[in-house]
Amino acid sequence: MAFESLSEKLQKTIKKLRGQTRVTEKDVKSFMREIRLALLEADVNYKVVKDFIANVSEKAVGQEVIQSLSPGQQIVKIINDELTELLGSKESILDLSKTPPNVIILCGLQGSGKTTASGKLALHLKKQGKNPLLVACDLYRPAAVKQLEVLGGQIGVNVYQEGTDANPVNIAKNALKQALRGLNDIVIIDTAGRLQIDEELMVELEEIKKATNPSEILLVVDAMTGQDAANVAKTFNDRLDITGIILSKLDSDTRGGAALSVKAVTSKPVKFSSVGEKMNDFEIFYPDRMADRILGMGDVLTLIDKAMEAIDLEKAEELEKKMRKQQFTLDDFLEQMQQVKKMGGISSILGLLPGVAGKINEEDIDEKKLVKTEAIIRSMTLKERRDPSILNASRRKRIAQGSGTTVQDVNRVIKDFENIKRMMKMMQGAGKKGFGKMRLPF
Amino acid sequence: MSFFDKLKSGLKKTKESFMGKIDAVLASFGKVDEELFESLEDVLISSDFGVPTTERIMDSLRERVKADRVTDAEVVKAYLQEEIAKLLEGESAKGLDLDATPVVITVIGVNGVGKTTSVGKMAHLYKKSGKKVLLAAGDTFRAAAIDQLVIWAKRADVDIIKQKEGSDPSSVLFDACQAAIARNVDVLICDTAGRLHNKKNLMDELAKMARVVEKEMPHARKEVFLVLDSTTGQNAVNQAKAFKDVANITGIILTKLDGTSKGGIIVSICADLGIPVRLVGVGEGIHDLQTFNAKDYVKALFE
Repeated sequence: MAFESLSEKLQKTIKKLRGQTRVTEKDVKSFMREIRLALLEADVNYKVVKDFIANVSEKAVGQEVIQSLSPGQQIVKIINDELTELLGSKESILDLSKTPPNVIILCGLQGSGKTTASGKLALHLKKQGKNPLLVACDLYRPAAVKQLEVLGGQIGVNVYQEGTDANPVNIAKNALKQALRGLNDIVIIDTAGRLQIDEELMVELEEIKKATNPSEILLVVDAMTGQDAANVAKTFNDRLDITGIILSKLDSDTRGGAALSVKAVTSKPVKFSSVGEKMNDFEIFYPDRMADRILGMGDVLTLIDKAMEAIDLEKAEELEKKMRKQQFTLDDFLEQMQQVKKMGGISSILGLLPGVAGKINEEDIDEKKLVKTEAIIRSMTLKERRDPSILNASRRKRIAQGSGTTVQDVNRVIKDFENIKRMMKMMQGAGKKGFGKMRLPF
Repeated sequence: MSFFDKLKSGLKKTKESFMGKIDAVLASFGKVDEELFESLEDVLISSDFGVPTTERIMDSLRERVKADRVTDAEVVKAYLQEEIAKLLEGESAKGLDLDATPVVITVIGVNGVGKTTSVGKMAHLYKKSGKKVLLAAGDTFRAAAIDQLVIWAKRADVDIIKQKEGSDPSSVLFDACQAAIARNVDVLICDTAGRLHNKKNLMDELAKMARVVEKEMPHARKEVFLVLDSTTGQNAVNQAKAFKDVANITGIILTKLDGTSKGGIIVSICADLGIPVRLVGVGEGIHDLQTFNAKDYVKALFE
């Protein structure tokens, strides 16, 4: 999970200050040294780090902290505020208010993930009821046009291309005409990867911009980028006046300091993050939540968003009723697991929960165990699923054989299920208000 | 001046080189003092050397400067160069030994680092040196990755073994090994799909592919090259470690060195993980792949 290691580091440092009643200037200093190291190791540009540390130290040392009853908390708050300011305090949406078709240009270094992001963005907009047209303007990398066509086919979005012998600026112009004919309200232009110091190709981008009057120019930045992210973003912004950033490969274990760097040097918001190889692994970027996440407070809001998309609300309500009456069956258990799968697997969900990030790493969670559990439940009869208490030794043996597992595996699933049931009972006993829609059987 | 403005003006000179930065440091100080060391430290950090390696280099630099009672900042610069070279030369450059053939080279790495491009360039490089080269289109996942490699095979004028998109990469490698034996190929280069190093199942797939190659061509020499993007920051260490866990990496290809990034993180990877850099990618053309040489690399850093 992105930012995880940074969270760990900051949490450790914050802990050192917790439990103390007074914070001396020396404490703050050592605290800031750790923050500096953590940020540098997270690939935040060293100049951004310097300013950040100076800013926070100035606010932390002195009255505010000394007068505070809980100095640790006070510093955490200051750091959080500053991080939020750096990342941008609100999520920003696309500005598509021009007369259609609205043009979106994607640009960036080689291998940052432009073509994939083009496809994902098209699907994202299609889901919102738009009718996007993808345009293949990467004529340099072998088979890039084909790649965009394949992606377009996968998501059911038309792709405009003129092969690789045409001129990218002309292709873009012709694509606009095509969009008018095809009633496309959005045109997404995929451009070739280029170094920001490649004069010729940067001029090409400027010309595409001039020819298409785009509503958005999005710079795609690999979340694993190091110190150079600041330079790259700065140059692209100077040349094209970009309108936002797409942060790609955020599902890697990078600490993702590049997000801080690019925002700081361009003042342009990160608008989307790309978080997987599937076409719908694409999210709106919530900077305020990201700052929370850096401080280890989890990203509960993103979790809710994700869940809302996947979970059928009616089913959830039905489930809630069943849980209250303690009629939760193995069938419901199965249903829940499938919804978790839709949301991107357990690991992606757990990473978003407060207190969990940093305690697990992706390798600890075996998604295969889920598959096994599913197979086991599917090998039960409907009667068995409703009432697991009838599962005697011979039934268990049959289920194990039917699902290609062992009796031990079957026992484990039944035990897990009973534990969950017991947990639910306890929660109700504690007078919790019903059973929240977000509770998951883990 | 606001916080952002300050930052922006500070980052104005995008193209300024490593050397330019160091010269600026030296010109403004001339004297050897703590401020000089701190500025040199910034230069290393900004080239992605990472905190631990930077501290390690600075510590030994400080020690030497103190022991030799250096008062000339220029000498400090020379020392710094030597210290970096020392870490890289522990694993000094070995070009690919093409005398002992057949050799199977598997190229692995995360998404978008330049694996397919590197495979194409390598095909050209080894074909040029008179070897019979065969390519295996092992990236069956990414849309049009196979087409991309087919174009490279044409450019390099070498044969390619492929299946259709979505097929099992191990099966492609099996076919490629069979073909390599039948056609008496010297160098078999296998492209693989980009995979993030924290995806367990994808990493397991690599191990399976290695087993297929081992089984089908037990007598061939195996090389596994990890491709690293020089713009990548500290995460490159995680990548190298994770890939090393599942594959017997014998070398690194450092790509995109023609940009402004310096790929300083490879110093850590060389020194701590003992994986040598074998090749560097310096452009999009078919000739833009060079054998890595530690001395040249350090020299280039300072030019």
